[in-house]
Amino acid sequence: MTADRRQFLLQTGKLLLLTGAAGLAYEHVLAGEPEKAPGYDATRHWWGMLIDVEKCIGCGRCVRACKEENGVSPEPFYFRTWVERYQVRGDDLEHPQVDSPDGGRDGFPERYRAGEGKTFFVPKMCNHCAHSPCVQVCPVGATFHSPDGVVLVDKKYCLGCRYCVQACPYGCRYIDPATRVVDKCDLCYHRITRGLTTACCEVCPTGARQLVDLKDPEDPIHEYLRTHKVQVLKPHMATKPKAFYNGLDGSVR
Amino acid sequence: MSRLFGHGEHLVRVLGLFAAGLLLFLLAKALLVPADFGVYGHYRAGALADNRARSLVHAGRAACAACHAERVAELRKSKHAGVGCESCHGALAAHASEPKAHKALRPEGRALCLTCHRTNVARPVSFPQVDPRDHAPEGACTDCHSAHDPGP
Repeated sequence: MTADRRQFLLQTGKLLLLTGAAGLAYEHVLAGEPEKAPGYDATRHWWGMLIDVEKCIGCGRCVRACKEENGVSPEPFYFRTWVERYQVRGDDLEHPQVDSPDGGRDGFPERYRAGEGKTFFVPKMCNHCAHSPCVQVCPVGATFHSPDGVVLVDKKYCLGCRYCVQACPYGCRYIDPATRVVDKCDLCYHRITRGLTTACCEVCPTGARQLVDLKDPEDPIHEYLRTHKVQVLKPHMATKPKAFYNGLDGSVR
Repeated sequence: MSRLFGHGEHLVRVLGLFAAGLLLFLLAKALLVPADFGVYGHYRAGALADNRARSLVHAGRAACAACHAERVAELRKSKHAGVGCESCHGALAAHASEPKAHKALRPEGRALCLTCHRTNVARPVSFPQVDPRDHAPEGACTDCHSAHDPGP
């Protein structure tokens, strides 16, 4: 009986080990060679965004440019990127006042007086998480991580089931009223794969937003991350976001 | 044991059903799943090309410099060096490909300047801001300041 049990455990252990190894190997086979496009090698990039809160002036040029570039529904409450205005009174960091009129597209009419508290702008967008919940919940594989680290949507394949809209901890997704499938920031994939920067970075007058390539050893982001106190949004969600915020206040959610 | 195999035809029937079900599943899978699904991961490989295929709306400042080198050089030396051409002149990809057919936006001076420079407590204090009610309420900004090389 004892010998039997030992043998059973041994066999089971071997089986589990082999199944795991086979599973890993199969995934590796599935992953294949990332797509090659003329003049662009996806394996050589790992895109992200650097957002310097202290430079944002809340002009809303990014929101406008994004809507134009990406054909976002012209209605004022659909956007791929938006700007929030925070106001924190005294030491009450847990209850900031947040507003974002039309996503900040037309700027922010003055609402607060100097000396009433701390007020600042925070640009928001898809964080292009390396471990994104939206990709995990998609039942059909219509949203995915591209080999160069961008969270993309396959609009031909999306069912419009909205799981991902609920799953995103940053509220970055919406259902496009025209196509009735999901839409979100794709980091201007059609631009960055042609050597251009994103539309929002292109028009940002203060350089508060910068496209970064974490795989490019020449990219100043490496030096920047070494020398600045940089944060990501909701680190406790363990989503590994690639939108890095400099000068972010603790009240920002 | 003997009772179990005594009713062999039941087992065969069940197995037959399973086999038919499996066949149906494999057939449906072959018909419904696109050929390029799963090539690079759990998604349709063609979706990468679909996302890339969209056309440009903003041309980028390098495209502007190709024709307007002087203006761009002037801007680069000014306080507005970091401001992209399309921040003020609108999206210009159409203009860059067909300069005659599509003209760049000539911005409405005061309204545009105030988009960035109107006083707002949420703006960084170091950023130059004016209250339009007491800073030249009648005049145009460009009466005193050049947009491409704004003075103090």
